[in-house]
Amino acid sequence: MIADMHANLPPNRIRVVAMLVAVVVVSTAVCQAEVDPTVIEAQRARVEAIRRGSNAAVSIFAGESGGGSGVLLTPDGYAATNFHVVQSSGPAVTCGLADGRLYDAVVVGVDPTGDLALIKLLGRDDFPCAQLTDSDDVQVGDFCFAAGNPFLLATDLRPSISAGIVSGVHRYQYPAGTILEYADCLQVDAAINPGNSGGGLFDAHGRLIGVNGRASFEKRGRVNVGAGYAISANQVRNFLGGLRSGRLCDHAALGATVSTSADGRVVVSDIVESSDAWRRGLRYDDEIVSLAGRPVRTVNAFKNVLGTLPAGWQVPLVVRSGGRRREMLVRLEAIHSPATLAKLAGGSEDGGPQPAATPTARELPAAVRERYEHRAGFANHHFNRLERDRVAAALAAVRDAQPAGPWVLAGRLASGAEFRIELSDASASIDLPTGTSTVAVDDELDRQPVPPGSGGLLPALVLWRRLVVEGPAAVGRTIFWGTAPRTPATFAAGGSADLVDVLESSVAGVVARFAVAADGRVLAIDLWCQPDADPCEVRLSWEDAAAIGAMPTRIDVRRGDVPFAELLVDPVAAGATP
Amino acid sequence: MRHLLVLLVVGGLMLAATAVAGEPTTLQQVAAVAARKVVKIYGAGGVQGLEGYQSGIIISSDGRIATALSTVLDSDGLDCVLDDGRRFEARLIGVDPRRELAVLAIEAVDLPAFTPREERVTAGTRVLAISNLFGVAVGDERASVQRGVVAAVVPLEARRGAADAPYTGDVYVLDCTTNNPGSPGGAVVDSQGRLLGILGKELRATASGIWLNYALPADELARGCAAILAGTAGSPLATSATPLDLRSLGLVLVPDLLARTPPFVESVVPGSAAAQAGLRPDDLVIAVGSRAVASCDAVQRAVGGVPEGDAVRLSLIRGGVIVECDLGPRPAEVKRP
Repeated sequence: MIADMHANLPPNRIRVVAMLVAVVVVSTAVCQAEVDPTVIEAQRARVEAIRRGSNAAVSIFAGESGGGSGVLLTPDGYAATNFHVVQSSGPAVTCGLADGRLYDAVVVGVDPTGDLALIKLLGRDDFPCAQLTDSDDVQVGDFCFAAGNPFLLATDLRPSISAGIVSGVHRYQYPAGTILEYADCLQVDAAINPGNSGGGLFDAHGRLIGVNGRASFEKRGRVNVGAGYAISANQVRNFLGGLRSGRLCDHAALGATVSTSADGRVVVSDIVESSDAWRRGLRYDDEIVSLAGRPVRTVNAFKNVLGTLPAGWQVPLVVRSGGRRREMLVRLEAIHSPATLAKLAGGSEDGGPQPAATPTARELPAAVRERYEHRAGFANHHFNRLERDRVAAALAAVRDAQPAGPWVLAGRLASGAEFRIELSDASASIDLPTGTSTVAVDDELDRQPVPPGSGGLLPALVLWRRLVVEGPAAVGRTIFWGTAPRTPATFAAGGSADLVDVLESSVAGVVARFAVAADGRVLAIDLWCQPDADPCEVRLSWEDAAAIGAMPTRIDVRRGDVPFAELLVDPVAAGATP
Repeated sequence: MRHLLVLLVVGGLMLAATAVAGEPTTLQQVAAVAARKVVKIYGAGGVQGLEGYQSGIIISSDGRIATALSTVLDSDGLDCVLDDGRRFEARLIGVDPRRELAVLAIEAVDLPAFTPREERVTAGTRVLAISNLFGVAVGDERASVQRGVVAAVVPLEARRGAADAPYTGDVYVLDCTTNNPGSPGGAVVDSQGRLLGILGKELRATASGIWLNYALPADELARGCAAILAGTAGSPLATSATPLDLRSLGLVLVPDLLARTPPFVESVVPGSAAAQAGLRPDDLVIAVGSRAVASCDAVQRAVGGVPEGDAVRLSLIRGGVIVECDLGPRPAEVKRP
């Protein structure tokens, strides 16, 4: 059962804080006599940690639909909470902070499957916020505390603190239907009660290790039973980009189910033949060795890894089949169809955040009204605009260093043979040893997946140049998609991935995703000429990482499992044509 | 005083000061070492709110496992999953019906095992409770670790349903919510990982009806296990929810055809306990002990809940008058030959 927030209990002033205060009082009284300095130091550190956690804690009041907790992540007011806290609140909620003040807040993005939501508190750019830490470092036995709004007690807006230890790590809690799944979560014995949902779980240093959201409420009613669960900070980090995009975020599916074989191995028991995993060669009875860099020894471990990943990411999958170990890169699909997700997110087919949430249903505060834009597939499209403009600004910052006219990229393939690419507003061509290909840039691009076998390298390069030279607005309908790992290698060590921004453009019959680094460089392009086929994958790299604005020195092209070309660009030959 | 303060303020950190070389020094290490000696047990259940899983603690390196005596063990296919994920078929060696303990055996060697700490601890002692609560850990996932304090050392006054708990000796009452589904049989250890007790079955306090968080002290556990292994703990009585059939008392009620068939006596087997107690056909049973019963089903359940050795007392209405009948001590039933 989920710790949803519809607590209708009368306000109550009892506070766990009182217990902590008592400890402080006792220690103050006794330390007059003689106290080990390490004790004083430990207590000081604990008081400081709880102060930090309290300051970042948000008490959410969602009117008649209840409320819950949240935790501030950025100085400009982005705060995490549970999806089920804002599920029926509409786009606006009211938030209280420990400073005793109320703030308007707007729902930014939701992830129904992972029970996460992002809201933005309005009115300040210097909010106290929590620091997300690597939740894979958390150990059973670690001190932890929750700061939140249990039973909606925080009528004076100061959060309640409940302390405990971490009881378990990498826990798996089954979803309710297909949503509200808690994978790879933290289990704590700190009291998690209705109303704590969405609040922060902090470590001994006051760093954020998770977002509380669930408890084992079974026999004893809807109160703490010594087993609460928090979404890990690493999962929050994986979804933050998607949440900031304002999209309705979905979780990943492999396209295959696994089960434990008689000899205890985790093997593929069913697989969808239209999935990327199938196209990459995953088959029945293959043993899963690792996923996204994490070893898989049980079905739960598999669900734990998969459950923390957003749909659309490409992750390494290691399998053993026929006595052979194979590594493949698998593009994860979504659990739900867009229509189903929209329905789960709020009941309306087109995916406004909530049925009662249409702005006409309830008068929104002016500050929220300015920051809310209804659009199918989004919780709040306003924030997609903001993020797209942010990435556009990063691209623009290096635009002046790029040639404005036609581009030429020339050099040698890995085989030593020469290549030459010419890109301009009006035309595009590529010379390879296998022949010359051109693209009519004003025609439908999905009908020109050239050079043959590449899946659309030349259209991808055309759109790349257009994005760099003219900006996102020039590349069809472009949205901020979210974030994705910089390279699959960032999964190798497990833990949290190195994430970069991703734009998605629909234009001239194709869909392209561009990975854009913070410095404005486009690192990768994936281009689909057909929706359910392998895209053309273009990876750009620079020998000199500091050469921002210069042409890439290497372009790797592959489609599916098949490398198409390694283009080693001659920096002297590259640039604008004279 | 200073030591107490250290305990209060830094909890696990103080372990460094008292631990002997080579022993776990941090709370994290204590939890990790102790959890290796806790197993997950899977057996009967999974229906009507009865969980099919609980916890156990390894008490010998050659595979003896102590656990709570419960309906989970009422299965021919008991499985134990160790902390490292290894799964073993378990055999029930024996039970201690009074302490509600059982000892299982698995075919394994060189297991990490607990040595129960014989001396009692006092209220105020910091403890860790380690168990398979809510069955949340599976395979090689570590059992759940909770921390708390021994709040009191007091005689157990508790019941489960209509039945009083047979054990009435001292238990450690804990200040944390340790006794959940799946917890029975889990370990309670001190700040150095020494075994202080075993988590008991889910029970409610007789006086208040609230769920109890408690553990059977390690000395009682040791005595119970020794008695089981010596074969002197008592017969392995039935552990099912309604172990005692009315017919073994010689009492036959009217056919139970309705949802709440009034519990009239249909017939009494001559020479049986019921006959000796003077029951007659057409008597209406209204109470078993102090528990009111309004249906055939309720009589069966109430009689089934009478602990072995306790008197079975019935209150009847006969010709408009309340009559009390004592059927004598409840006979033991041997479930398995």
